[in-house]
Amino acid sequence: MSKEIIGTPQQYEQFCQVLEELKSVPGPVMKAMQSAQDIYGYLPIEVQSKIASTFGVSLEEVYGIATFYSQFNLNPKGKYTIGICLGTACYVKGSGAILDKFKEKLGISPGETTADRKFTLDATRCIGCCGLAPVLTVGGEVFGNLTVDDVDRILARYND
Amino acid sequence: MLERAHILVCGGTGCTSGNSKKIFTEFERILKDNKLDGEVKLIMTGCFGLCARGPIVVVYPDGTFYQHVKPSDVEEIVVEHILKGRPVERLLNKEKDEDGSVKPFNETAFYKSQHRLVLRNCGVINPENIDEYLAYDGYLAYQKAVTEMTPQEVIDVIKASGLRGRGGGGFPTGTKWQFARNSVSDKKFVVCNADEGDPGAFMDRSVLEGDPHSVIEAMMIAGYAIGADQGYIYVRAEYPIAVSRLQIAIAQALEYGILGDNAMGLGHKFNIELRLGAGAFVCGEETALLNSTEGKRGEPRQRPPFPAVKGLFGKPTLINNVETYANITSIILKGADWFASMGTEKSKGTKVFALGGKIHNTGLVEIPMGTTLRTIIEEIGGGIPNGKKFKAAQTGGPSGGCIPASLIDTPIDYDNLIAIGSMMGSGGLIVMDEDNCMVDIAKFFLEFTVDESCGKCTPCRVGNKRLYEMLDKVTKGEATMEDLDEMEALCHYIKENSLCGLGQTAPNPVLSTLRYFKDEYIAHVRDKKCPAGVCKALVSYEIDPALCVGCGLCKRGCPVGAISGEIRQVHVIDPKKCIKCGACIAACRKNAIKK
Ligand SMILES: Cc1cc2nc3c(=O)[nH]c(=O)nc-3n(C[C@H](O)[C@H](O)[C@H](O)COP(=O)(O)O)c2cc1C
Ligand code: SF4
Ligand code: SF4
Ligand code: FES
Ligand code: FES
Repeated sequence: MSKEIIGTPQQYEQFCQVLEELKSVPGPVMKAMQSAQDIYGYLPIEVQSKIASTFGVSLEEVYGIATFYSQFNLNPKGKYTIGICLGTACYVKGSGAILDKFKEKLGISPGETTADRKFTLDATRCIGCCGLAPVLTVGGEVFGNLTVDDVDRILARYND
Repeated sequence: MLERAHILVCGGTGCTSGNSKKIFTEFERILKDNKLDGEVKLIMTGCFGLCARGPIVVVYPDGTFYQHVKPSDVEEIVVEHILKGRPVERLLNKEKDEDGSVKPFNETAFYKSQHRLVLRNCGVINPENIDEYLAYDGYLAYQKAVTEMTPQEVIDVIKASGLRGRGGGGFPTGTKWQFARNSVSDKKFVVCNADEGDPGAFMDRSVLEGDPHSVIEAMMIAGYAIGADQGYIYVRAEYPIAVSRLQIAIAQALEYGILGDNAMGLGHKFNIELRLGAGAFVCGEETALLNSTEGKRGEPRQRPPFPAVKGLFGKPTLINNVETYANITSIILKGADWFASMGTEKSKGTKVFALGGKIHNTGLVEIPMGTTLRTIIEEIGGGIPNGKKFKAAQTGGPSGGCIPASLIDTPIDYDNLIAIGSMMGSGGLIVMDEDNCMVDIAKFFLEFTVDESCGKCTPCRVGNKRLYEMLDKVTKGEATMEDLDEMEALCHYIKENSLCGLGQTAPNPVLSTLRYFKDEYIAHVRDKKCPAGVCKALVSYEIDPALCVGCGLCKRGCPVGAISGEIRQVHVIDPKKCIKCGACIAACRKNAIKK
């Protein structure tokens, strides 16, 4: 295991602190990965191996967990993540067509990031705003009662 | 009440996304400007249930219900309503009494037939302030259980109440507690399943956001009853507001000595830790959830042994759903008979549903078991929008089925829903109208399960994939009648041979739509038509020459230039170029375009 710091010194310090705190917690691996992703935005392989060695599990196990859950990212995401809800309530109200429009506009499929690293497209499950279906999120912001015509407007808002 | 008025601002997820935080801070500012901050109490609450009309603001003592409130409306509410005593008409619910006066909100159709037991504190108290929970009999049930009842008596009351698990399976809760109590071990755990995986449902989320202490208290009672001193709440990471409210609630309960080594000073230890999911539906299944709580891949375990015998970290574990727990404190305080007086013979109490889809009042509703689907849809839900016809309701999410319009008078309870080929599930209730294609809906759910299958066993991993491909063929008009029979056989094979509940129930949406909407499948297969006009491969767009006035709007709206025609002449669509996006239908003001 290399002693090199991962990411910025601040990130690395935060990461090491989390690992230290979790040493006394039963079943810590997933918690460590979640915190690491909060810190780094994704899970670089160096981060995974440090988690593995800290808690005495194999890198395969950490990697296996990372690939099992859809929320762990092995690659960095775009500046904005557009998450289109494909939960049932949104689907029956036409969120499939909205996703199609984003795919067409951005030229990427769900899970992919645009070449300029600006947008990542995600198909999400119910986020609990079904009353406003169909909905999507950009970062933490929620947009509801959408129609296909709103797509351009939303993209324009993040056009910086 | 020291204050002369209370203003409640909804802080549920729906309203928060409609900027209710800003509304709250505006109220703070403007109340202060008018020197009313000492006289009027401002409270951020959990969900009121009528999220579609959000953001919601309610003013007491009169109970005025404001809907679609914007930050810019706040000043008017303060000046007109609070200062001058005149409610702001334009923001009111439009439902009027016979005498023309506006109805108080608890008498409107949406709330009238509801019975808010689980949701009793949602939209009433500030979930981030433990004092408010305490003021509404909070932690009295725990006190009563520990000081007046033996653990076995607690379990006997839960058994006698007839409460069944609200997480989907409907297993008798008291019996489950008994199993966990009977297991002998140095360590036991109480787990709360807050993974709420059914896409399109948010009952548990609203309880956690609106009344987190009721779940914490119930887990403490369970800990006392089965002999456990540690609890875990496993909550979806997609629910940031619920997570933060739980964190606040746990911290406050610790600070007050309600949780901890000597809980409420009554001599028992109980602590709770939160664990966050990471986006895997199968983790809602209890054994997968235990693996995930241990920080591993969330694959289901073989049962038996059941969690009550060998669960978290190999120790006996009681696992219940959020809504199940939310019933416990009332049962302890008010008694088993009171609870059992509500509902049907074998399904007691109430059930919370997330009403969504093609319905006027989307939102959260809580009804006594045995209420008919008709009451939910026509009265509480306010019917189907745009003059469309009710076609089916889907319950039970990806494990459930569709209830056709002909069964709208079925009283909703566990056993009736199973009998008609659906299931209670956790409480998603999605309404569909004539514009929804039932084959497409079945395919939608199958796509979901294929995506979420953990892959551990073949019938589920491969079988559902095959089933999905067959459905896909149907929606493209490429299937034969034999394929339909084969599909049905495959459904039964998958159900019988999968390891966990996900695989065992995954074919249900297909089976139930085949049962009630066979003609729609046949239309796709034999006539190569999608009657609802959803399946793109089977619809074609045509302009009705009798209705077209040649305005050219559709031509401009078409993204691929498939429409041609001179101005004031009948326009035509070239089917070879048409991508069936529907833009022309939206553009035409004469309804001349048909699919
Ligand atoms: C695929 C699958 C997903 C499930 N998802 C959930 C869920 O999201 N929430 C839940 O409470 N129970 C869920 N369950 C049911 C749980 O396995 C378990 O029965 C339940 O948590 C027990 O609590 P209860 O007795 O209080 O209902 C799921 C089951 C299966 C098979
Ligand atoms: S039935 Fe499906 S989800 Fe369940 S264990 Fe088998 S593969 Fe995994
Ligand atoms: S928009 Fe309607 S009326 Fe106008 S040209 Fe097209 S089909 Fe005809
Ligand atoms: S289904 Fe989209 S928010 Fe619930
Ligand atoms: S979130 Fe405000 S009413 Fe449901």
